[in-house]
Amino acid sequence: MRVVYFAWVRERVGKSDEMVEPPAGVSTVSDLIDWLRTRGEEYAYAFERPQVIRAAIDHAHVRADAVIAGAREIAFFPPMTGG
Amino acid sequence: MTATIRLQREDFDAAVEQAALTRGRTDIGAVVAFTGICRGEGIDALTLEYYAGMAETEIVRHVAEAERRWPLKGVTVIHRFGRFVPGDNIVLVITAAAHRGDAFAAAEFLMDYLKTRAPFWKQEERAGRASWVDARDADDAAAERWSARPHAAE
Repeated sequence: MRVVYFAWVRERVGKSDEMVEPPAGVSTVSDLIDWLRTRGEEYAYAFERPQVIRAAIDHAHVRADAVIAGAREIAFFPPMTGG
Repeated sequence: MTATIRLQREDFDAAVEQAALTRGRTDIGAVVAFTGICRGEGIDALTLEYYAGMAETEIVRHVAEAERRWPLKGVTVIHRFGRFVPGDNIVLVITAAAHRGDAFAAAEFLMDYLKTRAPFWKQEERAGRASWVDARDADDAAAERWSARPHAAE
């Protein structure tokens, strides 16, 4: 699946998007964050406070307990500041 | 209902957009036009990043929700992205209805949701240093009231 990052999450991870293949057992957005955090210091830094990170699956807002099976694109970003 | 939704780098002209929305119409009795402008307050510039694909989807969804809640005749939403200096236009919301109450409420609803649910992020430049703008609790509270309070028309 493709993972995309925005704003300071993107800056901390150091890339705007990537393809990932999480291992079996990574079934929710929360699990995916936990797994990403193990991938290096930049991920640990980006996701150091997972409670402030917002997520979307295929362009729709989701909660941390959302199931990621079948997702094409998962986005992680800070709270939005548009308008 | 006529809906115009655009994400663009270039500026907009609120008067032109309003005229386009109401031209030839005799069923519209009220138009509310809101323009959000880049404030100074020590800011040299503002950069707006957005999630292409999702931003459009979210705005379309909220315009549809506004249409469900209020009897609207037309809506225009234009959100700019890129780099702004104080005084630049950032966002335009125009709502048209038969009566002013519906136009006012729908415009406020759309702005509250754009602030908190549309995937845009602002970065400020102050004295050459860039920092991401934190989400404001006041904006969350403003958006929250639309889910807490049923509308009179429902």
